[in-house]
Amino acid sequence: MGRIQLKQVKKSFGDVTVIPPLDLEINDGEFVVFVGPSGCGKSTLLRLIAGLEDMTDGKIEIDGQDATSLPPAKRKLAMVFQSYALYPHMTVRKNIAFPMRMAGMDQAEQDKRIASAAKALNLTDYLDRRPGQLSGGQRQRVAIGRAIVREPEAFLFDEPLSNLDAALRVGMRMEISELHKKLATTMVYVTHDQVEAMTMADKIVVLQAGVIEQVGSPLELYRAPRNKFVAGFIGSPKMNLIEGAEATKHNAQTIGIRPEHVEVSTTDGLWQGTVGVAEHLGSDTFIHVHGVPGCDPMTVRVGGEIPVTHGDTVFLTPNLQHLHRFDAEGLRLA
Amino acid sequence: MATQHSRSAARLMMAPAVFLLLVWMLVPLSMTLWFSFRKYLPLRGGDLGWAGFDNYVRFVTSSAFWPSVMTTLIIVGGVLIITVVFGVLLAMLLDQPMWGQGVVRILVIAPFFVMPTVSALVWKNMFMDPTNGLFAHLWKFFGAEPVSWLSQASLESIIMIVSWQWLPFATLILLTAIQSLDSSQLEAAEIDGAKPVSRFYHIILPHLGRAITIVVLIQTIFLLSIFAEIFVTTGGAFGTKTLTYLIFQRVLESQNIGLGSAGGVYAIILANIVALFLMRIVGKNLDT
Repeated sequence: MGRIQLKQVKKSFGDVTVIPPLDLEINDGEFVVFVGPSGCGKSTLLRLIAGLEDMTDGKIEIDGQDATSLPPAKRKLAMVFQSYALYPHMTVRKNIAFPMRMAGMDQAEQDKRIASAAKALNLTDYLDRRPGQLSGGQRQRVAIGRAIVREPEAFLFDEPLSNLDAALRVGMRMEISELHKKLATTMVYVTHDQVEAMTMADKIVVLQAGVIEQVGSPLELYRAPRNKFVAGFIGSPKMNLIEGAEATKHNAQTIGIRPEHVEVSTTDGLWQGTVGVAEHLGSDTFIHVHGVPGCDPMTVRVGGEIPVTHGDTVFLTPNLQHLHRFDAEGLRLA
Repeated sequence: MATQHSRSAARLMMAPAVFLLLVWMLVPLSMTLWFSFRKYLPLRGGDLGWAGFDNYVRFVTSSAFWPSVMTTLIIVGGVLIITVVFGVLLAMLLDQPMWGQGVVRILVIAPFFVMPTVSALVWKNMFMDPTNGLFAHLWKFFGAEPVSWLSQASLESIIMIVSWQWLPFATLILLTAIQSLDSSQLEAAEIDGAKPVSRFYHIILPHLGRAITIVVLIQTIFLLSIFAEIFVTTGGAFGTKTLTYLIFQRVLESQNIGLGSAGGVYAIILANIVALFLMRIVGKNLDT
């Protein structure tokens, strides 16, 4: 079982508080993604769970047992690092075997687990190579293999895909998701990429400056962001935030409308503007419109192709059902 | 990128340097070879003509030859072991964050700046002197009989002096190597359940392999020809006569340049044999 509870966990480096006291519950079998801009403390939080950093204050429980002062090896967690952290002088086989060797597992069991991990991760042909002879994606899989064979209570991933190129990242994203479905083990995943968060997570934890802004399923966060920060962070392209007279009309300090919830017309609509850049992707067209009061430029998404180019006049109408309203503190208004 | 033209221009411009280096190496080497086949006694008639392999035979059959080779190898081996082992330990110690790190690092490197002659004199007179040395006082403080280091434990003393000089070099190279170790590897090993000792053997030591190789190769080159430390302390007595020192004695004390040159050629051969062995043992660390 991999149930992790953080209670009033706090971390400071000297006088600088990176993580003010926070509470968080990660249920067994959940895929939890910590997401936030760089420097928001998400990696530090993961390292606190792993036991690689000492907590300044608070308590961590794993499966209901206090793990606050347990050394990393005793927490039954496996971690995959951003740099993969493979042992360069060992072959793939020895890399994967290392945690089992350290645990003093017998050779037959080791071989069995290596074989099944290698098969699951398509590494069977590479077992006798060194990490230096592998591609980025293969190294990533070796790092995952090294984590799997320990049969941990939970996997911790620290931005595992950020060193891969875009095409490989999509593939690995899928592989990790499938692995999660297959193993049904708790996974905690840190990323700054909201697309990874949206596609993989059961539960997203949005962090900013060490503070949890919102916890929820991807669609909850998309439909009802708790504040302006989450609204701007989740969703791609970003939500348009409009201030001033337009917002006051809706009794709010700020209103937000996602690019996909705006109707575009060349003849009539609520707001008028001129096209700055139109990105034609074929399946979608993203248009950056200038001249909308309170929001410049406003990004809108049109399904399929629409024949507009730079300098054209367009009319925009927001779909009021999907309008988000925020107060002066940036918090969501019901 | 390089065209035919730029390549030949590059060769032309490198030529003076290559030529200078070649002359620098070849002239002394050929002079040594030439003299080794001559009977050349500067104070007893000068160059007395062709000697064939006489000098070579006489040098090897001298009762001092094999002991001097052994002494050389013991000193080189002893210093290598001490500097590498303590170098690794010191490097790990200095890698720990601590107060006054910069000053401590400079202090550790300091012995390397002391000239061999000076350091040997300091050790001989201030530490190892059987009546006035610090060690003698220390021994007497504990009620023990002072050791006359340079005569009773002459070889060990010289190994100690030379190790003291070379330890900073080894430490410095190994420290930079340790600093280049990706800390996430150690963290991964920690999560994988490796205890500190296993982390040292499985992660740190293999990472240092290449740096240790370089330390061993460079030190061997210099240690095969140590001279000042022996000249200043024991003068070659008490079993501290190395091959280099034997050659010096043949040339300057016996005034026999031909015999000394033959010894020089043997020294070259010994150095090559040692280098060959080292390359076999540790050279594979330099690949990959």
